[in-house]
Amino acid sequence: MARAVTTRRKSLNTALAWAVGLLIFFPILWTILTSFKTEAQAIASPPLFLNFNWTLENYAIVQERSDYMRFLWNSVIIAGGSTILGVIIAVPAAWAMAFVPSKRTKDILLWMLSTKMLPAVGVLYPIYLLFIRLGLLDTRGGLVVVLMLINLPIIVWMLYTYFREIPGEILEAARMDGATLKEEILYVLTPMAIPGIASTVLLNFILAWNEAFWTLNLTAVDAAPLTAFIASYSSPEGLFFAKLSAASTMAIAPILILGWFSQKQLVRGLTFGAVK
Amino acid sequence: MATQHSRSVARLMMAPAVVLLLGWMLVPLTMTLYFSFKKYLPLRGGDLGWVGLDNYIRFVSSSSFWPAVQATLVIVGGVLVITVVLGILLAMLLDQPMWGQGVVRILVIAPFFVMPTVSALVWKNMFMDPVNGLLAHLWRFFGAEPISWLSEASMTSIIMIVSWQWLPFATLILLTAIQSLDSEQLEAAEMDGAPVLKRFYHIVLPHLSRAITIVILIQTIFLLSIFAEIFVTTGGAFGTRTLTYLIFQRVLESQNVGLGSAGGVYAIILANIVAIFLMRIVGKNLDA
Repeated sequence: MARAVTTRRKSLNTALAWAVGLLIFFPILWTILTSFKTEAQAIASPPLFLNFNWTLENYAIVQERSDYMRFLWNSVIIAGGSTILGVIIAVPAAWAMAFVPSKRTKDILLWMLSTKMLPAVGVLYPIYLLFIRLGLLDTRGGLVVVLMLINLPIIVWMLYTYFREIPGEILEAARMDGATLKEEILYVLTPMAIPGIASTVLLNFILAWNEAFWTLNLTAVDAAPLTAFIASYSSPEGLFFAKLSAASTMAIAPILILGWFSQKQLVRGLTFGAVK
Repeated sequence: MATQHSRSVARLMMAPAVVLLLGWMLVPLTMTLYFSFKKYLPLRGGDLGWVGLDNYIRFVSSSSFWPAVQATLVIVGGVLVITVVLGILLAMLLDQPMWGQGVVRILVIAPFFVMPTVSALVWKNMFMDPVNGLLAHLWRFFGAEPISWLSEASMTSIIMIVSWQWLPFATLILLTAIQSLDSEQLEAAEMDGAPVLKRFYHIVLPHLSRAITIVILIQTIFLLSIFAEIFVTTGGAFGTRTLTYLIFQRVLESQNVGLGSAGGVYAIILANIVAIFLMRIVGKNLDA
């Protein structure tokens, strides 16, 4: 009897949850579907859901028209570069904070986080000016540095919370055995911290990939990543729903997949461990 | 035990991160402050000397200032209310036993990974286009006149787009918090015959208060500076010019750097007020 009730309740929950989930996911699904239609089918009335002639032509046209691969490559370099650089700088800092804490460690961590709160628009012109003076405007290198600095507090913070969970005794034991600091970090700490480092890299890659203030304002042609490529579609010429969808699908697919893998770490990273 | 030696090594290891962030904070901030006291028009004469607080006064007394503040507050407030309320409901739903929970969670969280420029463009064209958009089809299906979303209901449209992007974040955090709720306590209340609303109000909501605060604070910081969603949809027209967008226009479009910098200082102060509260909560958590 009780079991029947729970099964019924479970079915109801399932139906409701799936309906809501699909509703929220629908804009993405619709974009993916539309990317396989012809332009005429994309604006057909009533709208076509699955009963259309699937075609790949939009993907070919998008690539041909705007050299999609160049934007993609820029996104990969900028997001990847800033993440790797950030981790290289953050690992020693997080290590020091987690294993040699001092009275000021907490203040330093909080201060680092507070730099993240600085609204980008408040410092837009200085950065713009510095970029012109240093010849960094519209270069990938310049964006790598800026995005690294934006995400550095999050990287330090995430690594710190992961490192803190590694028992200090293990490091002490390694030290007793005569391991140098370098050996300790390379052979003891790093292998244990790999899962934590991996999810830090994943999350920050996603954040950098989607960043759309600096990437729009500091690039023009050469270094423009996918955010700028997509923004160039904001003034349409003729029929373009299907092509827009193809471009959008190409821009978000890698990140959707990465994001789904890292959703648990995402919560932890973004709340700075404040919600357990 | 940390020795003197390991302390100095530790300081050395922290140095690169600390120095870089210090530079990242101080250099642009100092420059913004410097420009904010100057009449500075890069394309029309450049540095035209000190003007004291002129820019600060002009920025606030400009006819576009208060509408921009209002637009900012309406967008931030609207998105917060929608994401927190729907987020709580959704988190409670996802917490229930069901089949395919993992898949549903993936569907719900997906919008968070869509870059802002993409989601703004997809909504603008494929959903909100008054002729070919899906919402227009839906309206016509029910015999109604389609709405030109981004011009007639511009604020509603922006709030819808941004809420769609941030609902996953709110849901995920609230879900994490709800999962740590002691189910025995709820069951006991259920046994005692407490009605659903009362149980929610007295047990679930207090338990979620901290997570709700976190959601509100973190989202506020990000929402105060939303840019791409406005940049590719209305370009600040139809009453959607937020404070961030106004500053962007002053600095890069009209190239009035002094005025824009004064606006930037206001934005920094605003964000810091929010940040102080967030820091307190996060800081408390560090001691635990």
